Amino acid sequence: MKSASPRTPPEKADGRARLMELLLSTLLRAGVIASLALVVAGTILTFVHHPDYASSPDELQQLTGNGTDFPFTWSDIWTGVLFLRGQSIVIIGLLLLIATPILRVAASALIFIYQKDRVYTFITLTVLSLLLLSFVLGKVE
Amino acid sequence: MNLLEFDLLILAVAIIAGLLGSLLGLGGGIIVIPVLTLVFKIDIHYAIGASVVSIIATSSGAAAAYVRERMTNLRVAMWLELGTVSGALTGAYLVGVLSARWLYVIFGLILAYSALMMLRKRRDRTQESNAAKATPWVDYLRLHSSYYDDAQGQEITYRVRNAGLGLGLMYIAGVVSGLLGIGSGALKVPAMDLGMRLPIKVSTATSNFMIGVTAAASATVYFMRGDINPLIAAPVATGVLVGALLGSRLLGRLQSSTIRVFFVIVLLWVSLQMLWKGMGI
Repeated sequence: MKSASPRTPPEKADGRARLMELLLSTLLRAGVIASLALVVAGTILTFVHHPDYASSPDELQQLTGNGTDFPFTWSDIWTGVLFLRGQSIVIIGLLLLIATPILRVAASALIFIYQKDRVYTFITLTVLSLLLLSFVLGKVE
Repeated sequence: MNLLEFDLLILAVAIIAGLLGSLLGLGGGIIVIPVLTLVFKIDIHYAIGASVVSIIATSSGAAAAYVRERMTNLRVAMWLELGTVSGALTGAYLVGVLSARWLYVIFGLILAYSALMMLRKRRDRTQESNAAKATPWVDYLRLHSSYYDDAQGQEITYRVRNAGLGLGLMYIAGVVSGLLGIGSGALKVPAMDLGMRLPIKVSTATSNFMIGVTAAASATVYFMRGDINPLIAAPVATGVLVGALLGSRLLGRLQSSTIRVFFVIVLLWVSLQMLWKGMGI
């Protein structure tokens, strides 16, 4: 039975550790696929709304040069999403990508709490609070 | 060149960056930043913003597979994240206090030295000596583990050493990446390989898992500043994700010695880049 697949974890492998691996891997995969879909969909929409981007070379300099304005306040992004603006959807995708590792730390902490693993609950919660601290400090700058 | 051609070219470069990054536990910034600034003449702020996005994409894209395949040592990663995250916080505060020039030179030399040490360790005989060593902290944190090596076709059980030294080295790695913005993975892999005696594949997979967290913390800051330009970050993120998903299927099948030699070459290249910057050439 055990020799069915070489991928089968050894008998001593902790079932709780395996549960954690599967949950975290699923979370990461979901975050990655969803953000990839949003970024690609937003890019396609951008080209559909601005067919000239695919033909005229003038826009490139203007769009990627310094001092370009693109939406980065929450209300701009939200309005853009409501109007199906390609770039706003790309931004939502990028934000989801950025949020995925942080959600992963939060999820690990929750799993350790559920498994009553005190040492690792403490470790992951400390990492999570240091991350949140860096957001607060980063904003002040 | 129009925007469509620009997107497709960046996409191709990003796939290579994602492939390399996922195999070696690096973020891919060593490819993304020079290509964007030197070839495409993109503003350095946007290039750094795109590189941070590329680190997160490599990390999450590859980790999804490595965690499921038990290549990543989750406990080692979570323990060491204490060091990298607090180091990165410290590093952000030391900007301007410490001279970046000297740091580039010092860490350029440290990386070159680690590269040579890693090359010497090609014949992996450390596991026998590991078994005899008493490791109270590692035992307490339950860091010893095993993984299935596709290339060797067997389960590799390994013992870990120096949990405290590893944490200290990760703190320094965090400070350096917070200060200089590069070298996050380049310092982590040698610290796990030489300091904690992890198998090389476990070191790169675990480094891969960790680099996303510190990059995510700085990414929010870059985003608020407007340094993450969606038009540049979109093809970078897409390409890197595709490359990382491909790379993560490859790591298990490659020989450990191949990964090691490959890593040493890239490490020497990063150390040269740092030395160049430090000496102002």
